[in-house]
Amino acid sequence: MSDSMVTLEEHTRSDYKYGFTSNIETETIPKGLNEDVVRLISQKKEEPEWLTEWRLKAFRHWQTLTEPTWPNVEYPPVDFQDIIYYAAPKKKELLNSLDEVDPELLRTFEKLGIPLEEQKMLAGVAVDAVIDSVSVKTTYKEKLAELGIIFSSFSEAVKEHPELIKKYIGSVVPYTDNFYAALNSAVFSDGSFVYIPKGVKCPMELSTYFRINERNTGQFERTLIIAEEGSSVSYLEGCTAPMRDENQLHAAVVELMTMDNATIKYSTVQNWYPGDKDGKGGIYNFVTKRGLCEGVNSKITWTQVETGSAITWKYPSCVLKGDNSIGEFYSVAVTNNYQQADTGTKMIHLGKNTRSTIISKGISAGFSDNSYRGLVKVGKKAENAHNFSQCDSLLMGDKCGAHTFPYLEVENSTAKVEHEATTSKIGEDQLFYLMQRGLSEEDAINTIVNGYCKEVFNELPMEFAVEAQKLLAISLEGSVG
Amino acid sequence: MLSVKDLQVQIEDKSILKGINLEIKPGEVHAIMGPNGSGKSTLANVLAGREEYEVTGGSVEYLGEDLLEMEVDERALAGIFMAFQYPVEIPGVSTSNFLKSIVNASRKSKGLEELNALQMLKLIREKIKMVDMDEKFLKRSLNEGFSGGEKKRSEMLQMALLEPQLAVLDETDSGLDIDALRIVAEAVNKLRTQDRSFIVVTHYQRLLNYIVPDFVHVLYNGRIVKSGDKSLALELEEKGYDWIKQEADAVSAL
Repeated sequence: MSDSMVTLEEHTRSDYKYGFTSNIETETIPKGLNEDVVRLISQKKEEPEWLTEWRLKAFRHWQTLTEPTWPNVEYPPVDFQDIIYYAAPKKKELLNSLDEVDPELLRTFEKLGIPLEEQKMLAGVAVDAVIDSVSVKTTYKEKLAELGIIFSSFSEAVKEHPELIKKYIGSVVPYTDNFYAALNSAVFSDGSFVYIPKGVKCPMELSTYFRINERNTGQFERTLIIAEEGSSVSYLEGCTAPMRDENQLHAAVVELMTMDNATIKYSTVQNWYPGDKDGKGGIYNFVTKRGLCEGVNSKITWTQVETGSAITWKYPSCVLKGDNSIGEFYSVAVTNNYQQADTGTKMIHLGKNTRSTIISKGISAGFSDNSYRGLVKVGKKAENAHNFSQCDSLLMGDKCGAHTFPYLEVENSTAKVEHEATTSKIGEDQLFYLMQRGLSEEDAINTIVNGYCKEVFNELPMEFAVEAQKLLAISLEGSVG
Repeated sequence: MLSVKDLQVQIEDKSILKGINLEIKPGEVHAIMGPNGSGKSTLANVLAGREEYEVTGGSVEYLGEDLLEMEVDERALAGIFMAFQYPVEIPGVSTSNFLKSIVNASRKSKGLEELNALQMLKLIREKIKMVDMDEKFLKRSLNEGFSGGEKKRSEMLQMALLEPQLAVLDETDSGLDIDALRIVAEAVNKLRTQDRSFIVVTHYQRLLNYIVPDFVHVLYNGRIVKSGDKSLALELEEKGYDWIKQEADAVSAL
């Protein structure tokens, strides 16, 4: 990253601080979901009629569906009529100083190495805008606009680029896809839209840090990224700082599409509230993420570090339609205490000479359950498709569980599919060895775990990788010995 | 430096050490020999603090402190180094990063400033020559895919970097060809100083051709049944362990 880019990023981060404390009036509608509520959401967002209709179709379809029960997770039934489906971003009540913040939270910030000003912002303490945020926002917007890149909130894009939204929404994840995708399509609150024009390499990592009020759109987010021919972009989602949210159910949809020779790299750090040590509370994270390699020689890479949420149900997938296209999935999923995760990927090979790589690293501690579920499908016309899958599980303690559910559907005999899986316990021998060299137990565990996850961390942008390592250490604190 | 008195140890209700007495002064090299299953490795592991072994009696004093009360990492930081018989593989952890973190952990505990990347590289390069290793191995995962000789040399490199007070070599010679054995022994000899002590646990006498001990103890059935100087090792080489066993069994039958 060049110097000017670094400065730009620093400035835009300050912008984000400002965005978080901005004063926006509160407005909510009553609990429950029916066609009127869907219309009301669309109306409040001043959407065009076609989008209102699309939401309604999704809602009608959703009503015909039942909640999936096949994931290897257990939770009490969700009452979908007991949820508020529209709340304009609330003004956060501001605290006067860090002294008023939960010390446990501050300790975590400290460990993550989050700067003091950012700590205040995350904890909801009033901060002065260090620099003129409006000018900074303009700076990066101008920079991107010069290249023809669109990076905005979903709502903004609906207003400013309706033709693009209309063309691509639901083209990768149709509202008929599954129960939660249908629900999201009916009631989605906001999200991100990215459009990279033909031949443009996006010069900076597009991070949700850049966007104002990102934090308030978490419940039913919708993200759409389109990379035109010969373009490339790296997108970062999430935040390593602990995210608390009173909304228990999160159902996001992410759609990616790459045309000929285009590349999208999508990295996630998910650290939603996992519930307390006894398994009370925590977010249900039911997400549909899919990328379509539409063009030849195109590539989509998913990298995820999942440490949060009480329940995670998430399978970032790639549909390899273009000949020679490439799909990659790199995942670290950590569960501790009573967390449950059922996560993995789907690699659907349709084009010739398509290749996919799956590297999944599960870590279970405490009383948690961690499942890998993955599908590799090779269609009739996918000559010379090649998949490599490696699914490893690491157990810490003897009260947690690790499961692997690999599915394989091969309809073309030229396909080459390799699958490797291991389950190991964190070794007493390894711990003893490292501690004999003078490392504390905590440092020894972190060393082993980070070594185990290295192949995935290598795929993350540098700064993100460092934060992810620290996050892992915090998530596993007290899980051994 | 180290004073072991009537040390008794068991593992899963099976008595392994039945009253060990051992006095080690600064600068001394003690060889612990004995037939398989005599408790040699147990003694090394108990000194390093391995948890599976339960100390049921006796005491161990190290530099005036009660060693048995100290955690594994505390013992390491206090200057006890164990060279493992089978160093464990740690996938994904680069050897250079590992060396860096153990050197800095040690420096930190001594109140010294941590070394930066450049200073560290210089230090490692200096020590790596001593064990005759290729620098390429620094980029590899710790002990992963190392040959037997490479693992042992890596142990010696760590010892050279940490500069311990008391080094315990647990059957360091096992599985080594003669060249590797010589390199390992030379590393130990270079590190011998007036205040650094060594416990060399070995089944065979051949290592002691290169590392000449001040004292030799023979462990049999959980007890030190014979102690002497380096000539005892030669006697064992010549006559084997049977005569020691017979002597010891005769004594315990009385």
